[in-house]
Amino acid sequence: MSLSRADRQLVALLRGYALLAAAIVLLILLFLVKESWPILQHVALTRFITDTSWHPVQSLYQLTPMLSATLYSTLGAVLLATPLGIGSALFSRYYAPSFLAMVYRRLIELLAGIPSVVYGFWGLTTLAPLIGRLHPPGVSLLTGILILTLMILPTVALTVDAALSAVPIAYVRGAAALGLSRWGLISGVTMPAARSGIAAGILLAAGRAIGETMAVLMVAGNVVEQPHSLFDSVRTLTANIALEMAYATGDHRAALFVSGLALMSMVLVLVGLAEFFTKERRYV
Amino acid sequence: MSKNNLATVFIWLIALLVSGVFFWLLSDIIVHGLAKLSWPFLVENPKNAGRSGGIGPIIVSTALILMVAMITATPLGLATAVLLSEFTQQDRVFGHLVRRSLDVLAGVPSIVFGLFGNAFFCIYLGLGFSILSGGLTLACMVLPILIRTVEEGLQATPNEYRLAAAALGMSRGAALFQVLLPAATPAIVAGLLLGIGRAGAETAALIFTSGYVDRMPGSLFDSGRALSVHIYDLSMNVAGGDASAFSSALVLIMLLVIINSLAMSLAKHWQHKSIIAL
Amino acid sequence: MKNLGVIFVVLLLVIGAVSGFLKSRTDGTKFEKLVLTGSSTVAPLAAEIGKRFESLHSNVRVDVQTGGSSRGVSDARAGLADIGMASRVLKDDEKDLLSFTIALDGISVILNKANPVESLNKQQIIDIYTGKIVNWKDVGGNDAPITVVNKAEGRSTLELFLHYFGLKNTDVKPQVVIGDNQQGIKTVVGNPDAIGYVSVGTAEYEASQGAAIKLLPLEGIAASVENVRNRSFPLSRPLNLVTHAEPTGIAKTFIEFASSPQVNDLIEAQYFVPVPR
Repeated sequence: MSLSRADRQLVALLRGYALLAAAIVLLILLFLVKESWPILQHVALTRFITDTSWHPVQSLYQLTPMLSATLYSTLGAVLLATPLGIGSALFSRYYAPSFLAMVYRRLIELLAGIPSVVYGFWGLTTLAPLIGRLHPPGVSLLTGILILTLMILPTVALTVDAALSAVPIAYVRGAAALGLSRWGLISGVTMPAARSGIAAGILLAAGRAIGETMAVLMVAGNVVEQPHSLFDSVRTLTANIALEMAYATGDHRAALFVSGLALMSMVLVLVGLAEFFTKERRYV
Repeated sequence: MSKNNLATVFIWLIALLVSGVFFWLLSDIIVHGLAKLSWPFLVENPKNAGRSGGIGPIIVSTALILMVAMITATPLGLATAVLLSEFTQQDRVFGHLVRRSLDVLAGVPSIVFGLFGNAFFCIYLGLGFSILSGGLTLACMVLPILIRTVEEGLQATPNEYRLAAAALGMSRGAALFQVLLPAATPAIVAGLLLGIGRAGAETAALIFTSGYVDRMPGSLFDSGRALSVHIYDLSMNVAGGDASAFSSALVLIMLLVIINSLAMSLAKHWQHKSIIAL
Repeated sequence: MKNLGVIFVVLLLVIGAVSGFLKSRTDGTKFEKLVLTGSSTVAPLAAEIGKRFESLHSNVRVDVQTGGSSRGVSDARAGLADIGMASRVLKDDEKDLLSFTIALDGISVILNKANPVESLNKQQIIDIYTGKIVNWKDVGGNDAPITVVNKAEGRSTLELFLHYFGLKNTDVKPQVVIGDNQQGIKTVVGNPDAIGYVSVGTAEYEASQGAAIKLLPLEGIAASVENVRNRSFPLSRPLNLVTHAEPTGIAKTFIEFASSPQVNDLIEAQYFVPVPR
């Protein structure tokens, strides 16, 4: 289908905007590389795995416990938030009476807007002591996972809800005409139809979980140790940057930016995986 | 129990669990925050490191930062989403590149945004600690969310619309503005709301870009403390700031509720005026 | 979508109008701006001093930003800030800069109020923090594992603590690591078996407001703001304003103001200790 001249101009404009949007991440990556450069010049990358611990003031730069912490907390949060978020979306769309659905949806939107500080604060003062009673110290990987779940749940719920709302009404009517039960309609028709939207929502939420800084800083304990149980105190890469950036100079500071690059590579892997699993539909 | 009934029970349980936890959280905030909430609190300047006085200038700064962020992100986001959804057959590589880079952007940690925003907007572009720097940094953060949701919304509009528009001889641009975008309005609104929510809740990125100054901003180039930064300072840095922190959190939540309701009613208004009966 | 464009333009106009209005209200004459960056511990104090300074000098604006002590020092050196704020003494490689102490802050070891232990000697604290003593019953408390709370690396409080107890950070075996003072207090409040260390003033205030913590005496001296003031308390740090050359003009006036007794009440309101003059 060839384009009219007006359309070609439109496409050129759109491409320009899209290029700008894509350039942002490139700029960020360049920035991270630039700031990491001072330390990469005399510390081999392998040392970031093989050093014995993270004590930058004494030139020890092992990142692996923090990599694991980020990985586990993100994984845990996504595993919990996905069913809860999808369930919430399904609830407000197919199960709840319309007034309740509206209230519920408003509630979820509200929660998307609560600052990470408030989640962290609440986690530190209310949730952590409760978990601590189960097993000290209270601030732990588990607390981190729970708070992260709360934070990314609205993202999953709202994007899945948007995806479900976009399923053509004809499908729903067709299913009703065929006599499908409500769950049959959901599992057999609308969810598969909204598949890519749901995947997008999960991906967004996972990205949010990897990148969350403030809340995990307050509730996960921040000890740089490989976690052996859910109740162990852990430090994620993001919390590490936030905790130490303000007081770091020279090599320490550059090492923190290297951990930023490590985070970005985790995100790249995540994106690669997601690409593997989702199929993109293109119209036109 | 049939699968259908099991599913129903399960879904209701999920809804109960989620709303239960959230009401717990919200009631904590409301109970602690109501104490200091009053009209003077909303308009006065902060005194005594924020422990007394009010949050007037901070609300203004927050509103300005949000506005800058959304005004910058929306055209950029809509344009990119439209390109990805409608025009990427023209060049697969370009669309692919854009999409991947946005996915990566969505995973950038908020603190890295703060450091990047500081280096790029404040220092390199010379904007210094300012509302503008904060708003632009937030726009970068919000972009992937906006684009993703709008793109999904557009892709889900039935292909029949496009074919019908082509049959009528409409240009692609006309089809876009008259038919497809109005049809995708719920998704656009969802994306905007998610974006605003994310932006309003952001702390780490703003500490390093729009800064700490709690004075009433005189212009977009002034440094202005956002509500989330204020809450952080009060709860984590200032002794005895907890009470004010809760009240400020309550105000922020109420602000977001108002913005959400406004956006919702706007969206309904547009849908009524669109061509499609939805 | 023409409506979208209209709304867009309207919003831009609104922002422009609001900005213009705000600017006209606050911009009478030309303003002289003084920028301070650095320690988030000093920032609230500096902001309050700045506000009082502004009320005495109507053409001055004092902007305070955070970013950490090291940031404050490097900004002062690079000229990105007029004055840097640091919650520690200058290090050896920073001796090319000038520092002016405006307040003191002590560091106190704190326990949860429910903990029966009333005092610990220096060696016990060292053993607890290095992981040699792991249960409260070994120091006269309950049979419960100790939750050691340490500060994040690079922080001035941590460095002071380590220096006083003769430890390196690699020796410390914490269960929890915290960033700011308030996080430390909230962690100890939430855990009956926790031990941590925070600013004396903050701890004293929070305890007086009913927080479930208690301050431990150090070498027999009670941890109180009063004892920091009379210099009998052994563990304290200075809060400094840093410049890269002899300060002149408005920066000089500000530093003199911040070092004068006129701001003592502000210093005490932040639970720090004014420097005895």
